Amino acid sequence: MDVNSSMRSTGGQGPHVWPDDKTLIPDWIYTDPDIYDRELEKIFLGRHWNYVGLDCEVSEPGDYFRSYVGPLPVVVTRDMDGEVHVFENRCAHRGVEFCREYRGSADSFICPYHNWTYNLQGDLTAVPFRRGVKGQGGMPKDFDMAKRGLRKFHVATRGGVIFATACDDMESIEDYLGPVICPEFDATFDGSEMKLLGVHRNILPANWKLYQENLKDPYHATLLHTYLTTFGLFVSSNESNIPTDKYGRHGGLLSRRSEGRPDVSTEDAANMQAFKKAMELNDPRVLDFVREFDSKWSGSVLTIFPTLTALRQTNILNTRLLVPRGPNEFMMIWTVFGRADDDEEMVRHRLRQNNIFGPAGFLGIEDNEVLKFLQDGLRKSLPRDGLALLGEDDEPTDTIITERAIRGMYRYYRDVMEL
Amino acid sequence: MATVMDKGAALREARFEVEEFNYAYADTLDRFDVDGWVEYFTEDALYHVIARDNAESGLPLGLIYCEGKAMMKDRAYALLNTEMFAPRYLHLSITNTRALKIESDLIHAVANYTLIETLVEEQSRVQQVGKYRDIFERTPNGLLLQERKCVFDSVMIDNCLVFPV
Ligand code: FES
Ligand SMILES: [Fe+2]
Repeated sequence: MDVNSSMRSTGGQGPHVWPDDKTLIPDWIYTDPDIYDRELEKIFLGRHWNYVGLDCEVSEPGDYFRSYVGPLPVVVTRDMDGEVHVFENRCAHRGVEFCREYRGSADSFICPYHNWTYNLQGDLTAVPFRRGVKGQGGMPKDFDMAKRGLRKFHVATRGGVIFATACDDMESIEDYLGPVICPEFDATFDGSEMKLLGVHRNILPANWKLYQENLKDPYHATLLHTYLTTFGLFVSSNESNIPTDKYGRHGGLLSRRSEGRPDVSTEDAANMQAFKKAMELNDPRVLDFVREFDSKWSGSVLTIFPTLTALRQTNILNTRLLVPRGPNEFMMIWTVFGRADDDEEMVRHRLRQNNIFGPAGFLGIEDNEVLKFLQDGLRKSLPRDGLALLGEDDEPTDTIITERAIRGMYRYYRDVMEL
Repeated sequence: MATVMDKGAALREARFEVEEFNYAYADTLDRFDVDGWVEYFTEDALYHVIARDNAESGLPLGLIYCEGKAMMKDRAYALLNTEMFAPRYLHLSITNTRALKIESDLIHAVANYTLIETLVEEQSRVQQVGKYRDIFERTPNGLLLQERKCVFDSVMIDNCLVFPV
């Protein structure tokens, strides 16, 4: 896609100017259609790895599922040689979005409109009536099937996680994640075989960036999510770390839940309170922690720019793909997994624990609701800048009451969007 | 012939019991009485709200998954005491009820359900449409659910599902 460098974003209120004060975030980045278009070009088709799904969603040759690169519909396949491919879900002929199933298994894709046929690599393999009928009509003589395949993305996987990019000279996933975030990514995606437990889908009437912000925002965690503090999954005094990569685009929210009965002499009142409540649960199994990862953190939320979040909380494992659908709405695809060697009881433990997350989860409900409220505020009221004032940019990374990671993401965003 | 008639009559009677049960159940949820909702289940009941695409792919993930009444009580507590969500009206309709078979004091039944939500300054909209696959137990105090599997067609959830269905 061509980059028109003279393109300047203008909304109803004239040209937008990003405020000089780095604690201010302008609200037109969440609502302006021109900014949205620019994101496609500069971010989703730019120099980024876009998460599209997990290896365990295409475990067998011929398996496929629908996914997205930014807002663009794609199909993810595993071919007969075991190779993973990502290509546009848009017929090269007239443009039909041909793959309509959530997931399935196939040896080819046939567009229903005129039966153009594509293989699992996205190559065009058959065109009906190529030579016309009775010597008349049909394709031009110089029609070259090899040039008429589906638009393909470069693919890379790490630890069973599949990424796609349109960028032809993209760095490795390891370099893309960087030395600070990559080890945390590897701690969750440690190479052990994953097992798909299921997928949640929801529409959230908010700008997709707000979700990345939300998971870079430890300030809200103990204030909005009373469930976390009530039952001791996270209280502000827990050992925590909030690393970001050197650009500020990727981040982590890492925390360690206190184990066992808190020691009254050393632990604070909040921990003690939470412990008591957790013991009052009618079914405390929900909060059981089966140790399974080689990591000091019992909670790890990774925000991988642009549209992946990866969660490991106690024994809940999920990825969330954010699919923009215009500036004011995005779709979330939550892919929930366990490990291939989970026994039946471990699967059930994960299913029980997953009540905490997802679009009916104790935390999921609150984040989805509050982001809807937030977009309402941005969309309906007089324009003004949002505040991200808390903490310092050079503070120690174990600072909890901070908005450092949000500022970091927008520093990067502003740069890459050339705003 | 007589036994066929008896069987038909028994299923019709069971359907009537299930319908009465479902109307009361819907009314309890429409009133946000999630503590009361818990009381429609046996101690070891399974309550599973699952997206149809997951169910049909053999994937077990539930939108809500409660093994036993204790987990339902904890959900009720969390909803009423820790959760933040927008105010709303709930309208749960349960239709097309059928009793499929009776095994001693168990009734296997199905029904369709529709949850319509209305939020402040928003139009009413369908939050969930799905099918219950139920196992009821006849107890001295009337029917109780031993299993309610809510398989929903509305896979793309509009923001979030706050209350059970
Ligand atoms: S649009 Fe796909 S074959 Fe014509
Ligand atoms: Fe949150």
